[in-house]
Amino acid sequence: MLTLEHFLTLSAIMFALGVIGVLTRRNAIIVFMSVELMLNSANLAFVAFATKLGDPIGQVFVFFVMAIAAAEAAVGLAIMIAVFRNKKTVNIDEINILKW
Amino acid sequence: MTLASVLFYFFATIAVAGGVLMVTRKNPVHAVLFLVLNFAGVAGVYLVLNAQFIAVVQIIVYAGAIMVLFLFVIMLLKLGGEESVFARQPFVKTLSIVIAALIGAQLTYVFFFAAPDKGTMVDMETGVYPGTVKAIAETLYTKYLLPFEAVGFTLVAATVGALVIGKKKLED
Repeated sequence: MLTLEHFLTLSAIMFALGVIGVLTRRNAIIVFMSVELMLNSANLAFVAFATKLGDPIGQVFVFFVMAIAAAEAAVGLAIMIAVFRNKKTVNIDEINILKW
Repeated sequence: MTLASVLFYFFATIAVAGGVLMVTRKNPVHAVLFLVLNFAGVAGVYLVLNAQFIAVVQIIVYAGAIMVLFLFVIMLLKLGGEESVFARQPFVKTLSIVIAALIGAQLTYVFFFAAPDKGTMVDMETGVYPGTVKAIAETLYTKYLLPFEAVGFTLVAATVGALVIGKKKLED
C-alpha cells in the first residue's frame, strides 16, 4: 500500500544527496547538477501532494519550477564558460577572487 | 504488494542509485549520464502518481534538453577528471556529510510525524486524475495565466543573458 510518506521520503533522500553534492564536490558543473537534483526532489514532493489532494495546482507549480530550472541552467552554464575562458578552470577552490 | 508498490520501489531504487552514483563519479560525463538515469527514475515515480504530463515533460525537458546542455558545456570545456572527488580537507567532507544527513533526517521527520493530512493517496481510491493535460491546462491558462506569461518572459531574458555572458569579448 503506497502512502504519501513513501514519496516524501524518496524526496527527502534525493534532497540530502543533492546537499552532499553541493557541499563536497569541487567541480562547479557537478555542483550545478546537484542543485538540479535538489530542485527535482522538490518537484517530487509537489506532485505527491497534488495527487494526494486531487488538485492540479501542484503540478502547475512543477511546470513553473522546470521552466525556471531551464533558465537557471542556461545562465549558470554561460557563467561557467565565461569563468573557464578567464581562469582555465572550474574548480571552485581556485575561483576565489571574490573571497574576502 | 500491489503493482503500484512494485513499480514505485523499482523506480525509486533507480532514482536513488542514479543520485548516489552522480554524486560520487569523478568523470563529469559519467555524472551527467547518471543524473539522466535519476531523472528517468523520477519520471517513472510520476507515472505511479498518475502525473502523466509531468512525467513526459520531465523526460523531454530535463533528461533531454537540460542534460544535453550540460554535456555540451562539459565537452566544450575539455575538463579532465578531478584528482580527488570530494573536498580536499577531510574535515570539510565529514562536516558536509553530517549536515546533509541532518537535513535529510529533519525532512523525513517532518514528513512522517508533523505533516498534516497524511496517509493513503486520494487518487488511487477515488479515481480523481489531476495529472492529465486537460486538468493542468485548465488551471494553467485560467488561474495562472499571468505567472505563465511571466515565466515566458523570464525564459527570453535568460536566453539573451546567457548569450551575452557566454559570448567572446570583441577586440576593441
